[in-house]
Amino acid sequence: MAVCIAVIAKENYPLYIRSTPTENKLKFHYMVHTSLDVVDEKISAMGKALVDQRELYLGLLYPTEDYKMFRKLHNSYTDVMCNPFYNPGDRIQSRAFDNMVTSMMIQVC
Amino acid sequence: MDASEEPLPPVIYTMENKPIVTCAGDQNLFTSVYPTLSQQLPREPMEWRRSYGRAPKMIHLESNFVQFKEELLPKEGNKALLTFPFLHIYWTECCDTEVYKATVKDDLTKWQNVLKAHSSVDWLIVIVENDAKKKNKTNILPRTSIVDKIRNDFCNKQSDRCVVLSDPLKDSSRTQESWNAFLTKLRTLLLMSFTKNLGKFEDDMRTLREKRTEPGWSFCEYFMVQEELAFVFEMLQQFEDALVQYDELDALFSQYVVNFGAGDGANWLTFFCQPVKSWNGLILRKPIDMEKRESIQRREATLLDLRSYLFSRQCTLLLFLQRPWEVAQRALELLHNCVQELKLLEVSVPPGALDCWVFLSCLEVLQRIEGCCDRAQIDSNIAHTVGLWSYATEKLKSLGYLCGLVSEKGPNSEDLNRTVDLLAGLGAERPETANTAQSPYKKLKEALSSVEAFEKHYLDLSHATIEMYTSIGRIRSAKFVGKDLAEFYMRKKAPQKAEIYLQGALKNYLAEGWALPITHTRKQLAECQKHLGQIENYLQTSSLLASDHLLTAEERKHFCQQILDFASQPPDSPGHKIVLPMHSFAQLRDLHFDPSNAVVHVGGVLCVEITMYSQMPVPVHVEQIVVNVHFSIEKNSYRKTAEWLTKHKTSNGIINFPPETAPFPVSQNSLPALELYEMFERSPSDNSLNTTGIICRNVHMLLRRQESNSSLEMPSGVALEEGAHVLRCSHVTLEPGANQITFRTQAKEPGTYTLRQLCASVGSVWFVLPHIYPIVQYDVYSQEPQLHVEPLADSLLAGIPQKVKFTVTTGHYTIKNGDSLQLSNAEAMLILCQAESRAVVYSNTREQSSEAALRIQSSDKVTSISLPVAPAYHVIEFELEVLSLPSAPALGGESDMLGMAEPHRKHKDKQRTGRCMVTTDHKVSIDCPWSIYSTVIALTFSVPFRTTHTLLSSGTRKYVQVCVQNLSELDFQLSDSYLVDTGDSTDLQLVPLNTQSQQPIYSKQSVFFVWELKWTEDPPPSLHCRFSVGFSPACEEQLSISLKPYAYEFKVENFFTLYNVKAEIFPPSGMEYCRTGSLCSLEVLITRLSDLLEVDKDEALTESDEHFSTKLMYEVVDNSSNWAVCGKSCGVISMPVAARATHRVHMEVMPLFAGYLPLPDVRLFKYLPHHSAHSSQLDADSWIENDSLSVDKHGDDQPDSSSLKSRGSVHSACSSEHKGLPMPRLQALPAGQVFNSSSGTQVLVIPSQDDHILEVSVT
Repeated sequence: MAVCIAVIAKENYPLYIRSTPTENKLKFHYMVHTSLDVVDEKISAMGKALVDQRELYLGLLYPTEDYKMFRKLHNSYTDVMCNPFYNPGDRIQSRAFDNMVTSMMIQVC
Repeated sequence: MDASEEPLPPVIYTMENKPIVTCAGDQNLFTSVYPTLSQQLPREPMEWRRSYGRAPKMIHLESNFVQFKEELLPKEGNKALLTFPFLHIYWTECCDTEVYKATVKDDLTKWQNVLKAHSSVDWLIVIVENDAKKKNKTNILPRTSIVDKIRNDFCNKQSDRCVVLSDPLKDSSRTQESWNAFLTKLRTLLLMSFTKNLGKFEDDMRTLREKRTEPGWSFCEYFMVQEELAFVFEMLQQFEDALVQYDELDALFSQYVVNFGAGDGANWLTFFCQPVKSWNGLILRKPIDMEKRESIQRREATLLDLRSYLFSRQCTLLLFLQRPWEVAQRALELLHNCVQELKLLEVSVPPGALDCWVFLSCLEVLQRIEGCCDRAQIDSNIAHTVGLWSYATEKLKSLGYLCGLVSEKGPNSEDLNRTVDLLAGLGAERPETANTAQSPYKKLKEALSSVEAFEKHYLDLSHATIEMYTSIGRIRSAKFVGKDLAEFYMRKKAPQKAEIYLQGALKNYLAEGWALPITHTRKQLAECQKHLGQIENYLQTSSLLASDHLLTAEERKHFCQQILDFASQPPDSPGHKIVLPMHSFAQLRDLHFDPSNAVVHVGGVLCVEITMYSQMPVPVHVEQIVVNVHFSIEKNSYRKTAEWLTKHKTSNGIINFPPETAPFPVSQNSLPALELYEMFERSPSDNSLNTTGIICRNVHMLLRRQESNSSLEMPSGVALEEGAHVLRCSHVTLEPGANQITFRTQAKEPGTYTLRQLCASVGSVWFVLPHIYPIVQYDVYSQEPQLHVEPLADSLLAGIPQKVKFTVTTGHYTIKNGDSLQLSNAEAMLILCQAESRAVVYSNTREQSSEAALRIQSSDKVTSISLPVAPAYHVIEFELEVLSLPSAPALGGESDMLGMAEPHRKHKDKQRTGRCMVTTDHKVSIDCPWSIYSTVIALTFSVPFRTTHTLLSSGTRKYVQVCVQNLSELDFQLSDSYLVDTGDSTDLQLVPLNTQSQQPIYSKQSVFFVWELKWTEDPPPSLHCRFSVGFSPACEEQLSISLKPYAYEFKVENFFTLYNVKAEIFPPSGMEYCRTGSLCSLEVLITRLSDLLEVDKDEALTESDEHFSTKLMYEVVDNSSNWAVCGKSCGVISMPVAARATHRVHMEVMPLFAGYLPLPDVRLFKYLPHHSAHSSQLDADSWIENDSLSVDKHGDDQPDSSSLKSRGSVHSACSSEHKGLPMPRLQALPAGQVFNSSSGTQVLVIPSQDDHILEVSVT
C-alpha cells in the first residue's frame, strides 16, 4: 500500500503530492523532499554510466514502492501531460490522476 | 596396522575448517607423505562443474586428513556436513604378495566393508612404490602384480580407484609425474564427492523446506541445516554461494513475517514474538557468534537475536568478498526492517530499547567497516555510510528526548528510571570491545549519563552527518538534519544557534517550492526570531505566516494579531518606522485610471483606482496608503499630445499586475522575458539625435540575485522612497480579499508621472511594495489651441459643393462669446453658407458636451464664423460646404493637336497618363482668436472630367467629336452641351448630332458628343471651338446653387480634305478571285479634291506655267502582314495642285492568307525638299547619291526604296538631318487633309488549289 505519492517537477518542486490522510502530511513532504537527494544522485549517475535511458524507474528511494505501481503512475502522468490544456510545470489538478492515485493508495500489494 | 591414537579433532567453526578426508592403512606411510600432500593439493585449481545449471568454478582444494575411524562415518539422517568425510583413502606400501595376502588384503576388505555398510562410495587406494624396498627384496613379484591384485580384488570396474605413487619422497621427474597424476585424481575424486554429497544434501534440504507448511516444522531447525551448507561453501572458499544460503534464509524469514502480518501465522514464529529484553546491538567482530547460534539451535533466540546473527554472518561473508559498502547498505535495510518486523509481529518493546539497538548497531557497522578500510576509501564512499550516521543521529536524538536530556531542567526522576532500564537492557559490554575506547556501547552509556555528555555526542554526530551529507551534495538531507539540530537548540533555549539552520532549510524549500515544509519551517523561524528579539524579521515572518493558506484560520489570526499588536504599541522613538515588504500583506492586483487613457490636462482631475488583495485573515485598519510618484518632464513633447496618448494606451485603462509567485519557486527558466525598448534622446534645440540605446525595463526582475531570494525573509532590502509627489488615501480598512482604493489628484505641472512605490502604514509598521511593475504612468499635458481643416471625402471635387470639416482643439484656450474664425476668401472658392450648419463641442474624452448653431457672416473678402463658447481642453467640430469654381480650363488642346497627327498612338499615351485628375489648389488664410498669426490652409480640388476632341472626316464632310471622361467616383448628370466657334468665321455652322439634352455619365465612363462642320465659302484654315456642358451630381436632386458648366476650349487646324486616296486590289487577269501566293495588282488612286488653298503654300509647292504641283510620298504598309508587297512599296509623286487631279500608282501584292483580307494601308506624306543656300542649285534628289541605301538614285520622279526593310531608314533619313547632309523631309499630312475612301474594304482571297502543305508550328 502506498502511503504517499508525489510527482516532482524537474525543478524539484512538487507537481502533485498526496499522502494518506491518517498520516502526518508534513513528515511525508519532508521525506519526499529529502529523497530528492537520492533522485539527483541516481539521475546524474544515469547520465555518466550509459545506463539504459529508456528505463525510467529509479529504484528504491525509500523502501515502500514497487515497480508496477510506478508504471501505472507514469502512464497516468503521461495522460496528464497529453492534455492540451495542461501547462507543463503547473500543479497537477486532474481528477483522473487523482482517482488513479487514490486507487493506488488503497490497493493492498 | 599400528595406527597411532590420534584424538578426533573437535569440529570448530572457524575459517580453518577444511573438508575431511580419512586415511586408513599404513599411518606411518601417510605421515611421511602428508607434508608434501597438504602442500601440493591446493596449489592447482580445479574446475568444479555443478548441478542445476550453476556456473562452473575454479576451486583450490584443501583437506583435513584424519585417521579413519568407523565413528566418523555419518549415520543415516545425519545433517552435519562439516564433519562429513568426503573421501576415504587407504594407504599401503605393500610390494610383497605374501604380505598382501596375509594382512593387507584382509585390512582392505574390512575397510571396504565398513564403507559399504555406510554406503560410502568415495574411496581411493594408494599404493606407494619404493625403489629402495624393491631392491631389498629381489624375489618379489613385479609390482604390477600387487596393483593388479588389488584392482582385481577391490576395484571391480573402477580401476581408477587405485593409484600408484612412485617414490613420493624423491626429487625426480618420475616422482613429480607420479605426484601430479595422484593429485589430479585426488582432486577429481574430491570434487565428484562434493558434487554428489552436496547435491544429495541440497535435495534433502529442499525436501525439508517443502515441509514448512507442516505443523511441526521449525525454522530454527531448517536454519541449522541450510547454514551447514553455507559453512561448507565457506569452507570451500565459495563465499558467494555461502552468502546465497544466508540470503535465502533471510528472505524465507522475511516472507514469514510478512505473511504473519497478513494473518497467516506460523506456529514457530510466535516464539520470535517474545518481548525484547536485550538490545545490545549487532556483533560483527567475530566471524561466528556462537552464543547467538546456540540460542537459535536451542530455539531460544529472539527476533533480534536471529536477525543479528544472520546479519553478522552476511557481514562476514560480504567482507570476505571485499564488499564493505554493501554491508552498510544492507545494515540500513536490516535496521529499518527489524523495526518494521517488531511492529508487525506486535512484539512488546520497552520505549527506547529499539533506539538503543539501532544506535548501537549503526555504530557497530560503521566501526566494523572502518576497521577494514582505509581513510581514503571511507571518504570516497560516504554516500554508502552516511545513511547509518544519519540514522544513528536520529536515534540518539529520540533517546535524548525520551530520557529528558534535551530539556532545560535536565532529566526528572521518571526520565532517570527510564535511563536505568534502558542501560540495563544493554547488559555488560562484550569482551571483544571492552578494550576499545570508542566502542558503541561506551558511547551510548556515556551519552545517556548526563545532559552535557548527551549534548556533546549529539552535536558531534549531527555535525558529522551534516558535513558528510554536504560533502556528497545531499543538501536537502543535510538541511533536514540541520532542522533537527535547530529544534534541539530551540529546546536548549539557544535560538541564535538555531536560526542559521532554519534559515538554511527555509531557503532550500523556498528555492524548490515546497509549500508545506516552508510553512512549517517559517513557524519555527518565527518562534526563533521572537526569542531573538528580531522585531522586523519576526513581523516579516509573521506577515508571511498570516497570509499562508496552509495554516489554520486560528494560526493565521494569531500571527496577524502579532503584527497588529506591535503596530498599536507606541514606537520606541517617534517617527520610527518598521518597513516590511508588502507582498505578504497585500497584493496589488490591478489599477485603472479615470480618464482611462491616463492623460489629463493641466488642472484636470485624475482618479487612480487600485485593487489590493489583502492576504490578512482579518480586516486591517490602515492609516494611510500612499503611492509615491516620480515626476519627469518628458522631453519629447509629441508624447503629450492627446492624439498620441489615446493611441498608445490600453483601451480600457486597466493595468493588471502579475500575481506574486512567492512562495512558489522562481525556477531559472521561468524568468520573465526581457522587455527591451529603444531609447532616443534628442537635442531640445534642433531635435537632432543625441544618444540612442536600449533600455531593459524589467532589470529589477531579471537581475535579482538567486541567493537573495531568501531576502524575502529579510526586510532590510526594502527602502522607503520619499518623493514630493504622492497619491494618498487615509483611513482605509482592508478586508480580507479584494479591496478597491481610489486616489484622486488634480494635475498640476505638465509631464509624465510614474507610479513607483506603494506603501500602506499600520501604526509604525509600513508595508512597502518597492517597485510597481509593469510600469504605470500618467501624463499631464498642456496643449496649444489648434485648428484642423480637412475634407470629409478622400478628395475634393471642383465644380460641386464639397464638405470640409473644421476641428478646433481648444487646448488651454477658452473660447469666449464672440470669438470667431476669419476666413479670407479665395477668389475661385466659395464658402457656401448654410443656415442649418451646427457646431458640436466635445469634451477631451470625446464625449459630446454641447451643440450650437453656427453663425456665418460673409462679406466680399472675409467670411467670419463665430465659434460656440467652449471651455479649455475641448474640441469644436463643424462642417462647411465649399465650392471650387471651375477656373478657365487648362487648354488641353495642344496635346490634342498632336494627337490629331497620330491619333492612335497618342490615344494610348493619354490613357496611361490620364488616370489622375487635374487638381487646383486654393489657399485660405484663417485668423484664429487665440493667435495673432494667420493660419493658411490649402485645399486641393480635383477636376472630375477630362475632355478630348477628335476631327472626323467623311470625304469632304467634317465632324468634331468631343469625348468627356468622368474620372471621379461620382456619377454626374450632363446637360446642355454646346459647341461654339469662338473664331469669327461667319459662314461656319456647327450642327449638333446629339439627341439627348440630358445624359448621365457614370463613374469612370465616357460620353461622346459629335457636331458636323458646315461651311459655304472656303473653309477657314483653323477653327477655335469652345465646348461647354452643364453637370450636376446625379444623386442630389436639388442643389441650392446653380453650378457653373464645365468648359473646354480647343482648336482644329487644316481640317479641309485635300486628297482622296482609293486603293483597290484586282485578281490576276483571267481569275475571278485572288489566290494566296499569286500576284495581284494593287491600284492606288490619289485624287486632289480642291484647287490651290492657303494651306498648300509651303516649300513643296512648285510653280511652272501657272500650274502648281506639290511633292507627295506614298507608302503602302501592311501592318498585319496579310500581304507581301512586291517591288517598291513607296514612292514620291508630283501632284498637280488642282481639283480632280489624280495620280495612279500600280504595284503588285501577294496575299499570304486566304479569307477576307483588309487592304494594306496607304499613307501619304508631304515631301519637303531640304531648303538651304548651298544646295539650292542642286537637283532635289542629287544628294541622295551619297546614300544609296536610303533612296534609289535612279528614281528621278519616283525614288523607290529598294525593299520594305529600308522603309524605316527612309523615315529617319527624311525626318531629320543625317550626318549634317541636306536631307529631304517628310511631313505627315494632317488627318483632316487626307481621306481614305477605301479604308475598311476587304478583298476575298481563296486558298490556292495546290496548297496542300499545311504548316503547323508548335511552340
